[in-house]
Amino acid sequence: MQRTISIAKREFFAYFNSPIAYIVLTVFLLAVGILFFIMSGFFIVNEATMRGFFNAFHHPMFPVFPLFAAAVTMRLIAEEKRQGTFEILVTLPVRDVEIILGKYLAALMFLAAVLILTLGYPITVSLAADMDWGPILGGYMGLLLLGASYLAIGLLASSLTEHQVIAFFSAIVISFSFYYVSYSSAFLPASIASFVQYMSFTYHFNNLSRGVVDSRDVLFFLSIIVAALAGATLALKARKWR
Amino acid sequence: MVQSRETMIEVTDVTKFYGPIKAVDSLSFRLERGEVLGFLGPNGAGKTTTMKILTCYMPPTTGRATVKGKDVFRDALEVRSLIGYLPENAPLYHDMTAREYLRFIAEMRQIDTRDIVRRIKHVTRTCGLDGVLDRMIGTLSKGYRQRVGLAQAMIHDPEILILDEPTSGLDPNQIVEMRNLIKEIGKRKTVILSTHNLSEVQASATRVLIIHRGKIVTDASTDQIQKTRGRNRYEVVLAAEDGSREELRKALRGIDEVEKVDAIDVKEEDVWSFEILGKTDADLRRPIFKFAVDGGHTLLELKPEKASLESVFMELTRE
Repeated sequence: MQRTISIAKREFFAYFNSPIAYIVLTVFLLAVGILFFIMSGFFIVNEATMRGFFNAFHHPMFPVFPLFAAAVTMRLIAEEKRQGTFEILVTLPVRDVEIILGKYLAALMFLAAVLILTLGYPITVSLAADMDWGPILGGYMGLLLLGASYLAIGLLASSLTEHQVIAFFSAIVISFSFYYVSYSSAFLPASIASFVQYMSFTYHFNNLSRGVVDSRDVLFFLSIIVAALAGATLALKARKWR
Repeated sequence: MVQSRETMIEVTDVTKFYGPIKAVDSLSFRLERGEVLGFLGPNGAGKTTTMKILTCYMPPTTGRATVKGKDVFRDALEVRSLIGYLPENAPLYHDMTAREYLRFIAEMRQIDTRDIVRRIKHVTRTCGLDGVLDRMIGTLSKGYRQRVGLAQAMIHDPEILILDEPTSGLDPNQIVEMRNLIKEIGKRKTVILSTHNLSEVQASATRVLIIHRGKIVTDASTDQIQKTRGRNRYEVVLAAEDGSREELRKALRGIDEVEKVDAIDVKEEDVWSFEILGKTDADLRRPIFKFAVDGGHTLLELKPEKASLESVFMELTRE
């Protein structure tokens, strides 16, 4: 546990040692702002609603959230493998799962920091009019779970390769399939459609951002996270296959 | 210093395959406390693979390796805490200062928080890192990075150090400094040191293990290796009374304990030069002199050459 925290601490500060973190952060906040205020027609609706805000995170045309998560996680393991630092890390007295959890924790802390920064948007809106904070709380919980799932997928992708670029794109491919799969349900027979819908990130996220916190949605995201992290741990263990 | 006979590392019949490629081929050796083992071999001989097995990076395909009786696969965490490891090229986090990095490794090794500062101070002194502790590792020279790598491996005061080519890529001055450092460390610790630089082994190791194509070809102490494997070589220049060069060569070949005689071209007339290789390390100076006198030849030069580790190595690992 102590070692997990040491790794998380190192990784978290490493984000701020490179310009990439600041670029990703700025682009992300700008994109969400633009998508929220302009693309979702916030000023046209003329209503103090944050529905458009939460949709901005996974706008079908500009899926900034999966892109953000892939950029944040791509180097976590891949870069260690490429630089060879991986060898020192895994020959320290540390379990593979502790390494994965430490890296994941760092990415989660970065996500949390970013989400805290986005609080500026709802606070700005609430200054203009009375607002229902219930859906916002649910929405943020949804964002945290959705983001955490994307990050877990990104970490898995990073653990499978030693090239950041490959990690980035494979994370995006996996994330997009969970994201866009809901659009296919219209063309599928009802029996499959309900399963496909259940596997869709959009479906569960929409439930949460409506302010309805259902344990089934929470459980769905948690299982995705656990599965992806287990996969990443397995990928580290692969070096031990005889 | 008390030399208790305690087996620190035992490798038994270890084989490692990378897919169809056999990197290490039923390797067995044992290392006692206090030994400094020079692990020698051409590139791709299996040195790094063996080290990766000993540091629990990966298990052997078959066979068993133990460190202080602990299996590298089953008791990996315990083994790792006994070992300090410096991989090839000292891969470190370039975005940290040396101090931050050492602190991170110390934390990972669960060194008591109160001891961390003291340990960092200690390895800083041992590895000569004064003045660069607060510089980014990425901005340090190769030599200093290698030292930070060594400091990292020693931060928990391990009983065993495994160093993979600690001097590769260093300039001659840095190589000498690193060697002295390893020699100093070797007085108190059990060290495995891989290299393809032979003088390095002569300088810092007490024992040499030469491997070639995954197999051990020599396992001996540094002195021993030159005595037993080091057959003597003589350069002889004769002014011959009569006979052709070939006849003379055959005659020299007839001397007891002579393995091989090669003729060397000489510009002077009626002067012949030969390179004579002895079968053992027996002294051939007298027989050669006697040969010259008996044959009525004039011995112009007789130059014995002690076989260096270099020639032993080349002979053993020739394709």
